[in-house]
Amino acid sequence: MTTPASETLGPHSVTRKLHRPWGKWGLRTAAATYLGAMILLPIAAILHAGFEEGLSHFWQSITEPIALQALYLTLLTAGVTTLINAVMGTLAAYVLVRSDFTGKRILNALIDMPFAIPTLVTGVMLVVLYGPQGLFARFFTVYDIEIVFARPGIVLALLLVTYPFTVRSVQPVLLAMELDQEEAAYTLGASRWTTFWRIVFPSLIPAILTGSLLTFARAIGEFGSIVIVSGNIPGRTLTAPVHIFGLIESDNQSGASAISILLLGLSFSLVLIVDQLQRRKEARHARV
Amino acid sequence: MPGSEKLPGPRTSRRFNLPLLLVLAYTALLLVAPIVAITWGALSAGFGEAYRQLTSPDALHALKLTLFLGLAASAVNAVLGLCTAWVLVRDKFRGQVFMNGLVDLPFAISPVIAGLMLILLFGRGGWLEVLPEVLGIRIVFALPGMFLATVFVSLPFVIREVMPVLRHLGTEGEEAAYTLGASPWQAFWHVTLPAIKWGLLYGVSLTFARALGEFGAVLVVSGGVSGLTETATLFIFRSMDDRNYIAAYAMALVLALTSFVLLMIIELSKSKMKER
Repeated sequence: MTTPASETLGPHSVTRKLHRPWGKWGLRTAAATYLGAMILLPIAAILHAGFEEGLSHFWQSITEPIALQALYLTLLTAGVTTLINAVMGTLAAYVLVRSDFTGKRILNALIDMPFAIPTLVTGVMLVVLYGPQGLFARFFTVYDIEIVFARPGIVLALLLVTYPFTVRSVQPVLLAMELDQEEAAYTLGASRWTTFWRIVFPSLIPAILTGSLLTFARAIGEFGSIVIVSGNIPGRTLTAPVHIFGLIESDNQSGASAISILLLGLSFSLVLIVDQLQRRKEARHARV
Repeated sequence: MPGSEKLPGPRTSRRFNLPLLLVLAYTALLLVAPIVAITWGALSAGFGEAYRQLTSPDALHALKLTLFLGLAASAVNAVLGLCTAWVLVRDKFRGQVFMNGLVDLPFAISPVIAGLMLILLFGRGGWLEVLPEVLGIRIVFALPGMFLATVFVSLPFVIREVMPVLRHLGTEGEEAAYTLGASPWQAFWHVTLPAIKWGLLYGVSLTFARALGEFGAVLVVSGGVSGLTETATLFIFRSMDDRNYIAAYAMALVLALTSFVLLMIIELSKSKMKER
């Protein structure tokens, strides 16, 4: 834990003396059982199921053409989403912190919306908007643009679902940033763009990276919005999580587990990197 | 936002602001347009038809089940999450860092995979296969499994929101209470809980919002017995499949509106939390 030493040493010893040991052990046991039964045990079960029939079976499951294509599509759409939202999310955070305009509070609250709206509802919304019975159906058929039941629909759903991550990661860093350097740049006649690119952007890189990693980790696991929007055509619009769902439905639990382990390994490593980045940030703060 | 008014230079001038226009256009296209669309879709056959679809027995049952699962999962995660946050902040023991790392994992696990994990544990051949038999209830493809899935996907919120508040609060208040002869329970109830209540509310409303909207994990473990194990999101999914679009859109609108209300509670508790 990263509690400062002064806080843990002094008053803690008093608390410890006063607490009855059974109370402390009771809480510890409750917390350990809760996390152990709800998180550790299920992960152990999926590892067991994925490797139960041997490494070659695991390898076979993840290198099946349909599985490979699904994994490729998931990584591709998640990558495109991450790039777009890294740019737009940084821009949104910059505008929210450094510009004054009417409706700023509304925009700020609106950005949290994807966290609250069920992802399935997100998918339904996109189908209403861009689907065959939707608002712009005639426009899209005339120009032969495919959005829903095609790859652009998947990216669109992912963009919506992950919009807040980069914004919420960059915004606090911008808020905490001293303004003197920027002001100096403006005084020296630098344009807004030059000032942003040369002064602001370099100090935002760790926050943008954190936001992007979270975006990517969220995007590779997304299911609810995609299952509605993509049409789930194997080899073309079937993503890895939807493929896992299909395998579960057809009672192929070891195949589903193998691909799940691959996705879990990827997102766990991303979360670990984010954790390291944040720890480094905290350390830097502690030094200053 | 503090600090944004006193800026000199191009920022405060009322000239053409390209970044702002880009962000507004992106947000309008990405977030506002879909909300307008779902409202239009739900009411396209008239308000009466949407109401009729929402008050059908299946729809009402789905709404009730969703509300029940949301409340139950929030209650469990509030109580056990609070214990866990306390242990992670105030206690010191070996393995604490590992425990802290576990907490975030449900956010990194796809909901479908969460559902699969439960099937592997409680389904046939699973490690806990005997548990349903001993208890005499079905877990997978029944309500208890859906409850566990909902608890799992919304587990980190309370812990993650309460932990910083608890750390920031320090132990002085509790120390004072102990000096005055309070029991640990009294100290918690009269000193700690009032101080962290907005943080807790913030965490619980996030938990509830997540629980109401959970789909993937619940879909996998529900087995899809309509009317019996159908939540609001599963109702939407089945209605889309049945091409019963008005029912699907109307239920989606209800869930979207509910999350708006929850979002307002979330924003309120966040600003109250910052005041402290």
